[in-house]
Amino acid sequence: MSFPTADGLVQAVRGISYHVEAGQTLGIVGESGSGKSVSTQTIMGLTRGARISGRAVFEGEDLLTASPGRMREVRGAKIGMIFQDPLSSLHPYYRVGWQIVEMIRLHDREMSKEQARKRAVELLGLVGIPQPDRRVDDYPHQFSGGMRQRAMIAMAMALNPALLIADEPTTALDVTVQAQVLRVIRRMQEIFGTAVILITHDLGVIADVVDDVLVMYGGKVMERADRRTLFYHSHHPYTEGLLQSLPSYGGERERLRPIPGQPPSLLTPPPGCPFAPRCAYVMDKCKEMPALDPAGEEPGHLSACWLPHQSAEREEARRRVGRAEPAGSVGNGGSVR
Amino acid sequence: MTETNAVATAGAGSGGDADVLLQVENLVKYFPVSSRGLFQEKLYVHAVEGVSLSVRRGQTFGIVGETGSGKSTLARCVARLYDITSGRVIFDGQDITKLSQRRMRPLRREIQMIFQDPIGSLNPRRRVGSIIGDPFAIHGTASGAERKRRVQELMERVGLNPEHYNRFPAEFSGGQRQRIGVARALAFQPKLIICDEPVSALDVSIQAQVINLLADLQSEFGLTYIFIAHDLSVVRHVSNTVGVMYLGKLTEVAPSEELFTVPRHPYTGALLSAVPVPDPDQSDERQQIILVGDVPSPILPPSGCRFHPRCPKAAPVCVSTDPPLEPRLGDGPQHTAACHLPMAAGENLGDFHPSIDETERIIETPSILLDGDEDGGVPGATSVGGSLSQSGEGSQS
Repeated sequence: MSFPTADGLVQAVRGISYHVEAGQTLGIVGESGSGKSVSTQTIMGLTRGARISGRAVFEGEDLLTASPGRMREVRGAKIGMIFQDPLSSLHPYYRVGWQIVEMIRLHDREMSKEQARKRAVELLGLVGIPQPDRRVDDYPHQFSGGMRQRAMIAMAMALNPALLIADEPTTALDVTVQAQVLRVIRRMQEIFGTAVILITHDLGVIADVVDDVLVMYGGKVMERADRRTLFYHSHHPYTEGLLQSLPSYGGERERLRPIPGQPPSLLTPPPGCPFAPRCAYVMDKCKEMPALDPAGEEPGHLSACWLPHQSAEREEARRRVGRAEPAGSVGNGGSVR
Repeated sequence: MTETNAVATAGAGSGGDADVLLQVENLVKYFPVSSRGLFQEKLYVHAVEGVSLSVRRGQTFGIVGETGSGKSTLARCVARLYDITSGRVIFDGQDITKLSQRRMRPLRREIQMIFQDPIGSLNPRRRVGSIIGDPFAIHGTASGAERKRRVQELMERVGLNPEHYNRFPAEFSGGQRQRIGVARALAFQPKLIICDEPVSALDVSIQAQVINLLADLQSEFGLTYIFIAHDLSVVRHVSNTVGVMYLGKLTEVAPSEELFTVPRHPYTGALLSAVPVPDPDQSDERQQIILVGDVPSPILPPSGCRFHPRCPKAAPVCVSTDPPLEPRLGDGPQHTAACHLPMAAGENLGDFHPSIDETERIIETPSILLDGDEDGGVPGATSVGGSLSQSGEGSQS
């Protein structure tokens, strides 16, 4: 997927594949410009003017070739979306309840206004808005940030969608409110059995709520693994670098180990592996992009890296090529204090 | 408050201790908001209310708090970017609270700020060299070739290529722009640098680069930092002492490790438990305390302890009396908390229920937020309506 711009063709997403199963949560983690949001917006048909190739199969139907009319039916009814900024996703002129009712009646013509309103109150109650029968007539500005995001969740879940895409749903919120909202999403998922795609840059949120994780970098998928495998047995050097650059949460305070350099430009992405210019284990082979192949011992663990997939051989290769020891070892710098 | 503060600085007289670079006493900052009607009383945002703290030379004082807790306002008052409503700020033994703009000017070299938004704090139409050179121009200390040389030295020191002297801010990435901000702050080798969310806008891999840079500069130049952030793991990493703010007040101050391992104030405890930990095992094990509601409005803050409407341990005394910031449960003088009912080590906040009148609390529909509440979960089954008013305005009657 690429965008034509004044500066040239921005290659935002370059050949990524993934799947989500019903009732599961897939986390997509990556830094700014890694293509994590754009990939899901494309699925929803929200990237106008973009050059797209590939397929996005949802319940047996390819969404990328679907007609605009069909996409309007799918959006909202079958796939719900929540965005980072709840204030700009709610219309400031209309009452919150009215917006939910409108959304329900747009997709379900059978439902009467009264029924839809009752449903809206029900949904607001379900996401933990106090006194939903009264707050349903409030305007968005009368809600706090956390309440707005919960109202967005209520709206996204109104038609019981099979898939919920949450794009940085808690980034604009304070931690105590973030905890509330994440819990609401999880509860809604239990109640409705929805599949969730959670896009975030916060590895803490990933460790907290997802089943599977997709790590993206430079428009490509670097690694896919279940939550534990990613945090404890990651294969890709980028994942390793991300985890190491976090301040430790306990124990000795060491100097942080950032990934050197800058993320690649998407106008002129480096040939081969996009992470190669910053990678500590870079080899000649990295000029060629490795495939996303099974890695390690866990089933479903995929990694796009030339490093050997068996952990023993991998350590050997790492020692030969790069730094002495990977994750979890003693820091090389002095302490901060 | 002043007595408490004396305790917190281990018996230092006001500003007398040579080791203390910055001393803030009972600082108050109100912002007027438009009054309700012509004859009604004027309303104020109580942004900072009676904060006292002291920062030692060469150390980092971290401030954490949620949106609207007053942490940035406090920082700007310390830098005298805002005038102070009441209280005192003593910098390097000198009371700077009432200094005129002109008398303040030489001191501005010694107190510098680094801001959150590396785009908004750099003029997009000026070249980087002239932005970093501004302090020299303004204070008239170097010009021409000499200024250029010093700017390039600074650029090199913060990890920028000195050859990029003539580039515009837009040509740099976010992390590099933050380095420009750091270079500008460093121009006069200030004594105190106030970092207001310096890494919040950066990606994690770049965040670590900037944090390391700040740490290197601190040890090289003996800098003192006030480090404001909402990311608790970052604050824990960089700070010697951490202060937690809630609605304009310091609720707890302690040496970094102590604060994170033995929090005394229930707000600190809840804040720590709410932070998602990037480790699945720890994440599964921990007992998360989910606070109800949002932070009340600072225009009409709650009475007594400002946290009482959301506190799981709230008791009648918390509604009536504002607890002083002092050592609790036998803590040393460095660890102070403003709480009547501090937490003991290993105590689980989830076991407590507030014993105050419900009108004093923020009530939320609890069903969705409670674990183990498996009532069938059919949409609309039992959506318990919160029976009492919850408005963002706090709960003063």
